[in-house]
Amino acid sequence: MENLNSYLTVSAILFSIGTIGVLTRKNAIVIFMCIELMLNAVNLTFIALSRYLGNLDGQVFVFFVMTVAAAEAAVGLALMIAFYNNKESIDVEDVNMLKW
Amino acid sequence: MFDNVWLIPLFPLLGFLINGLLGKKIKNETVIGGIGAFAVLCSFAVSCMTILKLLSLPGEERLANVKVFTWMTCGNFNADIAFLIDPLSCVMIMIVTGVGFLIHIYSIGYMHGEEGFYRFFAYLNLFMFSMLLLVLGNNLLLMFVGWEGVGLCSYLLIGYYFHKKSAGDAGKKAFVMNRVGDFGFLLGAFTLYWFMGHNFNVWTIQFTELGKNAHLLPTGGVVTVITLCFFLGATGKSAQIPLYTWLPDAMEGPTPVSALIHAATMVTAGVYMIGRMNFLFIRSPETLMVIAVIGACTALFAATIGTAQNDIKRVLAYSTVSQLGYMFLAMGSGAFAAGIFHLMTHAFFKACLFLGSGAVIHSMHHALHHVHSHDDAQDMRNMGGLKSKMPLTFLTFLLATIAIAGIPGFSGFFSKDEILWQAFANPHHGQLNYLLWGMGAVAAGLTAFYMFRLVFMTFFGECRITPKAKDHLHESPMVIVIPLIVLAGLSVVGGYIGIPKLLGDLFGGIPNYFEHYLEPVFRLSEEYMAEHAAHGVAHHSVALEWGLMGTSVVIALIGIGIAFALYVVNTSIPAKFTATFPALHRAVYNKWYIDELYDYVFVNPCKALGRFLWKGFDVVVVDGVVNGVAKVVMSFGGIIRYMQSGFVYDYSWSMAFGVVVILGYYLFK
Repeated sequence: MENLNSYLTVSAILFSIGTIGVLTRKNAIVIFMCIELMLNAVNLTFIALSRYLGNLDGQVFVFFVMTVAAAEAAVGLALMIAFYNNKESIDVEDVNMLKW
Repeated sequence: MFDNVWLIPLFPLLGFLINGLLGKKIKNETVIGGIGAFAVLCSFAVSCMTILKLLSLPGEERLANVKVFTWMTCGNFNADIAFLIDPLSCVMIMIVTGVGFLIHIYSIGYMHGEEGFYRFFAYLNLFMFSMLLLVLGNNLLLMFVGWEGVGLCSYLLIGYYFHKKSAGDAGKKAFVMNRVGDFGFLLGAFTLYWFMGHNFNVWTIQFTELGKNAHLLPTGGVVTVITLCFFLGATGKSAQIPLYTWLPDAMEGPTPVSALIHAATMVTAGVYMIGRMNFLFIRSPETLMVIAVIGACTALFAATIGTAQNDIKRVLAYSTVSQLGYMFLAMGSGAFAAGIFHLMTHAFFKACLFLGSGAVIHSMHHALHHVHSHDDAQDMRNMGGLKSKMPLTFLTFLLATIAIAGIPGFSGFFSKDEILWQAFANPHHGQLNYLLWGMGAVAAGLTAFYMFRLVFMTFFGECRITPKAKDHLHESPMVIVIPLIVLAGLSVVGGYIGIPKLLGDLFGGIPNYFEHYLEPVFRLSEEYMAEHAAHGVAHHSVALEWGLMGTSVVIALIGIGIAFALYVVNTSIPAKFTATFPALHRAVYNKWYIDELYDYVFVNPCKALGRFLWKGFDVVVVDGVVNGVAKVVMSFGGIIRYMQSGFVYDYSWSMAFGVVVILGYYLFK
């Protein structure tokens, strides 16, 4: 795997896009998708390093991450529906009840 | 031998639990009163068995510590629930249960129809339990439990009519003044325990053990401090100068309570305690002198106040204070047996007097109530001429009065004369003896005066309530009269078990049974005192003793004569006397303004201190600190609360920022 660096670079770019998306976007669905993007960037890193090191542990981890991501998707979407029922919006600017 | 002695306090405790927990549901007065009286009767029966067993033993074996169980053990300290059976505690349990039983019977009639009837009997039984613990406890701690218990019951029963403010106040006063005394008792007990343990390695609070090791103690010094502390306790419980003012106020309670607690039993606890620890008190001549002087002063001082009171129960209350003074005079003169003897005879005649006054008040109250009069049923100025209306009450009251006045042949004569003689002849106080005897003799005259003044104002002359109300005056029911008759009988014959040697010799060598009976308890102390007498054992002639006896009898007769002249023959003299010496009368009538003095010297400064601590310290300092801390936290929070915007993206930004900072630190350090 001579081109490990390119895998890692792609992964870093994807992770940064995800992070910036989480930090800047206001739509909860988009933020949510950005989080998925970050998780998958990490998955890519795991796979690339797994292949590079010849160790299958990394690939097992990816399955865990995907499982967690699936569960998180279910919970996250449920939260968003509940929130939408209350506020008729999924804009995070309207989620400001957690304060003094 | 005395295995069942624990039953004696147990029965009243059971009575208290039954009446206290179920009394409200039982409602039936006969059942409640029956339970209360029966519990005491059972105790009385066991007490009789105990004293009979004790008497069957030879003199020197009459001592037993009956351990029920170990209460607590902690290092060297060991306290048992254990009872001490000896002649002294036996005579006390006989008085407490015997007189107590009669008063329980009387209460069934007296308290009839009162609200909270069950409460009264529950408290009364609790009192009996505490008092029996006090006299039977074989160590200082158990005695103290009883000591506090009787104080509590006294407080509860004085404030029995708690809807009356004066009753509540009187209860609190009694409680607070007793606390002052209890403080002394505790300090004495602590010091004694520590001193004996620390210096002689005798770590014990048991009376018998302490007595056995008392020879290790020095004379005076620390022992004086210890005994003075104990004596402070005694002045509180037994209403001596300076802590006597609660007892007259305690008359706010129902009359049976005054008879049982504030005349016959509880107030004698201080005398009993000194008798119990005689081995300690004899080792401090200074304390003995203090006790004798305070006793004599109290006897005289209270007697002067008694001469001018109009409330029938208050006269008797001051009389009780005065008679307790006699007992302390005896204790302070080293005549322990004489003091305990007077304790016993006083329990008989004073209980009879109080119960008799209760019968009078009951009848007066009833009569005044009938005609809707609001006159005071306890004021002797409203009474008079009750002799024909209540003949049995009058007769019993008269017998008890003769007994307290010290007329020869009645119980009070034997005990009081013994005390006066011992006060005169004891080898401890030197020249002071003459003064002590003089004060005692004058107090005896005053006693005779005010007691007969009471009898004449109440039972003789014209009835001073309206004729209509007069028709409603009647003799009390048998349940009230029978205890009176029994107590009057005891007041008459109770003295014959302790005939002074002088008179005994005259009638063919009748021994002084009572003194002989108590000898095992006090013998060691008496031997010690004979050895260490400060002024040498003086040998007084028989003629002198006869002379003193005759003098005190004559003084008593003079007192009665003056009372007869002033309140029967020419009833206008007292008013003229009052008009001639208004200041003197006002001072005596107002109890020498001692209450006002105490208010001024102790109560008001305490209140002022309390108000300062409240308004000054508590509100400003304590509250200030607490509120200040809260304010600082609040203002700090007011500044940093703006970090909490509530927006998710703000939090995620700060998280990302934090991650960058931490990563940056590890990458570039």
